[in-house]
Amino acid sequence: MSKFSKKRGKADPEVSTASLPDIIFMLLFFFMVVTVLRDAELKVKVVTPFATELTKLEEKSLVNYVYIGRPMPKYQDVYGTKPRMQLGDKFATVAEIPLFLEKHKVKVPEAKRPKITSSLRVDGEVTMGIVQDVKTELRKAGQLKVNYSAKRDPKK
Amino acid sequence: MKNEINAGSMADIAFLLLIFFLVTTTIVEDKGITVKLPPWSEEEPDIQKLKERNVYSVLVNANNQLLVRGEQMRITDLRENAKEFIANPRKRPDLSEKPTMAIISLKNDRGTEYDTYLQVYNELKGAYNELWDELARRKFGVPYSDDLPLAQRKAIKDEIPMVLSEAEPTNFGEEQ
Repeated sequence: MSKFSKKRGKADPEVSTASLPDIIFMLLFFFMVVTVLRDAELKVKVVTPFATELTKLEEKSLVNYVYIGRPMPKYQDVYGTKPRMQLGDKFATVAEIPLFLEKHKVKVPEAKRPKITSSLRVDGEVTMGIVQDVKTELRKAGQLKVNYSAKRDPKK
Repeated sequence: MKNEINAGSMADIAFLLLIFFLVTTTIVEDKGITVKLPPWSEEEPDIQKLKERNVYSVLVNANNQLLVRGEQMRITDLRENAKEFIANPRKRPDLSEKPTMAIISLKNDRGTEYDTYLQVYNELKGAYNELWDELARRKFGVPYSDDLPLAQRKAIKDEIPMVLSEAEPTNFGEEQ
């Protein structure tokens, strides 16, 4: 009898929270690993279209991004509403593409340079004119691997 | 008397860090349609010397309408139609002689919406993907994917090569 009644009344019914930080840290590390720091502030509105035949871009360091879209409202007084291109974190013209590609290229080890891909993140509502100009410039610069950024339609 | 540091607030600190990272980062969906652009050359490729039956011309105008081989078509029908053209299972005399001869010629206007252009491109690529998939199942018994051995992938692409040529766009509907 006394074997069981011993604990009664004496027990401290508190759940230990000491391991809670560990759990949160685990979550934190998970997010740190799967996400990438937002590298450039988007100055143009980009909503990529839906598509089905998608391939994944593997190595982040081998990708350079070209954004095309209409300037965000706060830049519209200066840059207007016509579609513009953004390289890195500023507005650019097509003539600046070769330099931009070259700047990215020097950071990549020589053996991997043929694998460099340009990711064109283009807003779906933009007309082809500017996209065509960018494509022509990329071809002239010898950057032939291109990825039209798109996403899967969540409704399908 | 316990000589312990209270670790209860550790969780709060960790939460703060966690929220900070959640706000500053994005889970990037880095997916898209990969395309190999043709090298730049000054002169236009001469498409005239090809046989008409082997060319599948797709025109997209500034109103996002499709003209496929001289007839209007909806984007939803494009994939099936392109597949039939490339494979030509019934050996019709007006479709491609064989898949290796088939050429898809895509031409758009500078006023075409990018969304439409990409959908058209997606359907054409989808047509090839489906054909490759069927062939891979027939030949090797497995669906086509990038994980296939290189030799098998090459065998499939030799039989059905993807030839998509993009002409210089017209300029009727460029936005001002």
